[in-house]
Amino acid sequence: MNALLALPLVLPLLGAALSMIVRARAAQRTISFTVLAASLGCAIGVLAHVASTGEIAVSSLGGWPAPVAITLVGDRLSAMMLVIAIGLLCVVLAFAIGQRASDERSPYYHPVYLVLSAGIAQAFLAGDLFNLFVAFELLLMSSYVLLTLEGTDAQIRSGTTYVVLNVVESTVLLTAVGLVFAATGTVSMAELPARLAELPDGVRTGLNLLLLVSFGIKAAVFPLFFWLPDAYPTAPSSVTAVFAGLLTKVGIYAMIRTETLLFPGGESTLLLWIAGFTMIIGVLGAMSHVEMKRILSFHIVSQIGYMVMGVAIGTEAALAATVFFLLHQIPVKTALFLVQGIVERETGTTAFDDVGGLARRSGVLAALFLIPALSLAGLPPFSGFLGKYGLVRAGFEDGRYVIVAVALAGSLLTLVSMTKIWIGVFWGEVYPEVPAGRVGILRHHRLMSGATVVLVLATLAIAALAGPLFDYCRAAGEQLVDASTYVRAVVGP
Amino acid sequence: MSLAMVVLIAVLFGTGTYLLLHRTLTRMVLGVGMLANGVNVVIVATSGPPGEAPIVGREGTTDSVPQALVLTAIVIGFAVTAFLLALAWRNWTIDGNDAVEDDVEDRRVARADERRVVDVPSAEDVEL
Repeated sequence: MNALLALPLVLPLLGAALSMIVRARAAQRTISFTVLAASLGCAIGVLAHVASTGEIAVSSLGGWPAPVAITLVGDRLSAMMLVIAIGLLCVVLAFAIGQRASDERSPYYHPVYLVLSAGIAQAFLAGDLFNLFVAFELLLMSSYVLLTLEGTDAQIRSGTTYVVLNVVESTVLLTAVGLVFAATGTVSMAELPARLAELPDGVRTGLNLLLLVSFGIKAAVFPLFFWLPDAYPTAPSSVTAVFAGLLTKVGIYAMIRTETLLFPGGESTLLLWIAGFTMIIGVLGAMSHVEMKRILSFHIVSQIGYMVMGVAIGTEAALAATVFFLLHQIPVKTALFLVQGIVERETGTTAFDDVGGLARRSGVLAALFLIPALSLAGLPPFSGFLGKYGLVRAGFEDGRYVIVAVALAGSLLTLVSMTKIWIGVFWGEVYPEVPAGRVGILRHHRLMSGATVVLVLATLAIAALAGPLFDYCRAAGEQLVDASTYVRAVVGP
Repeated sequence: MSLAMVVLIAVLFGTGTYLLLHRTLTRMVLGVGMLANGVNVVIVATSGPPGEAPIVGREGTTDSVPQALVLTAIVIGFAVTAFLLALAWRNWTIDGNDAVEDDVEDRRVARADERRVVDVPSAEDVEL
C-alpha cells in the first residue's frame, strides 16, 4: 500500500525529469503516456483497496512514525478524485497532441504537464497542511508555465493577473499554516482536529477564515473569482480544459477537507451565502458574454457554488451529493471545453459574431456539445440532474429552503446561457464559409474528437451507473462526516 | 516572540500589500517579495524562543519543524519571484510597457454598454 499511494506522486516527477532530458517530441509523448497510465493504474489500485476494505490507506514516506513523516492519506474521496484526475489528464493529453498547436510542441509542455499531474495527486493525498501547500505550489507553478507557454501579449497580460492572484492565495495559505502551527504545534491533519477543538472560539474562527479565503481564491468562489474568467480563456483550449476540470476542484477538495475534518460545522452560514452568490453571479456573468470560452469560464464559477452549498450544509447526505457532483462536474466541464477547442480549431474563433451553423456541418459535434451542456444545466436523465437532485434533497432535509431556491434558479439560468451558445455557434446559417469539398468536422480532427467522445461517454456512464456510484459517494460522505475514522487510521487509536 | 519581529512582520506585510496594489509589474514583483518574506518571518516567529541546534541528545533545543517549513517556503518564494520577473521582462519586450492592461473582452463589454446608453434616448429626451 505504501508504494501504491506514493507512486502517483513520484512517477510523474521522475517522468518530468526524464522528459526534460530527452526533449525529442515522440519520446516525450511516450514518456508522458506511460507515466500517466502507470499512475492511473496505481490510483485504481488504491481505489480498489479503499472501496473493497472500507479502510483509509495511509503511507508514511521515509518510514518515520505518522506525525513526523510526510504522510499520504487516501480515503474514499481522495482515491476517487485521484482516479478521475489522472484519467482526465490522459484524455486531455491525447486531445492536446491532436490539436497540433504550438504549445504541445514546445519542449517544456510535457515535463510541466507531468509536474502538474504530480501536484494534483499530492494535493489529493496530502496528510498535512504544509504538504497541501507544497502540492498547491507544485500545481500552481506548472499552471503558470502552461498558461503563458506561447508568450503572446494576451497570455502575458492575463498570466500576470493569474500569477499575482495565486501568489496572494499561497501567501494567505502559508500564513494560515504558520499560525495553525503556532496555535497547535502541529500541521498534521490527523492531529489537528483534537488540538483545534481545544482552542478558543475566536482563534479557531480566525484560522478557519484564513484557510477558507485561500481555498476560496483557488476554487474561485464569490467574491474571489474575478481572476478566473480573465485568465482561463487566453490559454490554449487543451490547457483551459485541464484547468477548468481540475484546478478549481482541488480548491473545493481542500475546502471539503478543512470544513469536515478540521473545523466541522465552522462557518456554514457564511458558506451558504457565498454559495448562493457564487451560483448566481457566475451564471449572470456567463449570460453577459458573447464568446463560448468566456461563457464556459464563467460557468466554472457558477458550478463551484453548488459544491460550496453541499459543504455548507455539511450533513452526510449533502457531502455525498457534493462528492457525486464533483465526480460528474470534472468530465462534463472538460468535455465542454474540448468541444470549444474543436470549434476553435476548425473555424479559428468561437465568438458568436464570427461563427454559426455548425450543427449543419456536423451533427455529431453538436451532440457532443449538447449532452454535457444539458448535463451541466441539470436536466434529466443526465448526470448533472442526479448531482443537483442530491444537493437539493439534502437542502430540503436540512431545512435550507432559500439556498435550494437559489440553486434551482441558477440551474435555469445555466440552461439559458447554454441555449445562447447553442444558438450562437450551432444554429443558423453556416458561417464562416466552408471550403468546397470539406465535409464534416470531426473526421478532420480524429484524435481531438476521440478524446472528446471518451469524456462524453464517461459522463453518460456516470448517469447510467449512478446507483453504485452514489452508494460509493454515500460511503465517502459517511467517512467525511466522522472525522474520527481519519484520525484513527493515521495516528492509531 | 519579540516586539522587533512583530514590527518587522507588520512592515513587510504592509509595504508588500501596498506595492502589490500598483499596476506596474516591477512594483508587484517587489511586493510579492515583501509578502513572501513577511510570511517566512511569521513562520520563524512560530518556532518560539531561540535555543540550541536541534541535535539528538542536546537539552533545550529549538523547535526544528518551522525551520524545515521555512526553508521550503523560501525556495518556493524565490522560484515564484523569478517567474514573475521573467513575465515582467516578457511584458516589457512585447510593448515596452510595464503596466498591466485591462482585459480586452471586458473592455469590449464595457464599450458595448456605453454604446447602448448613447443609442437609447433617455426618458427626458423623449418628453422634450
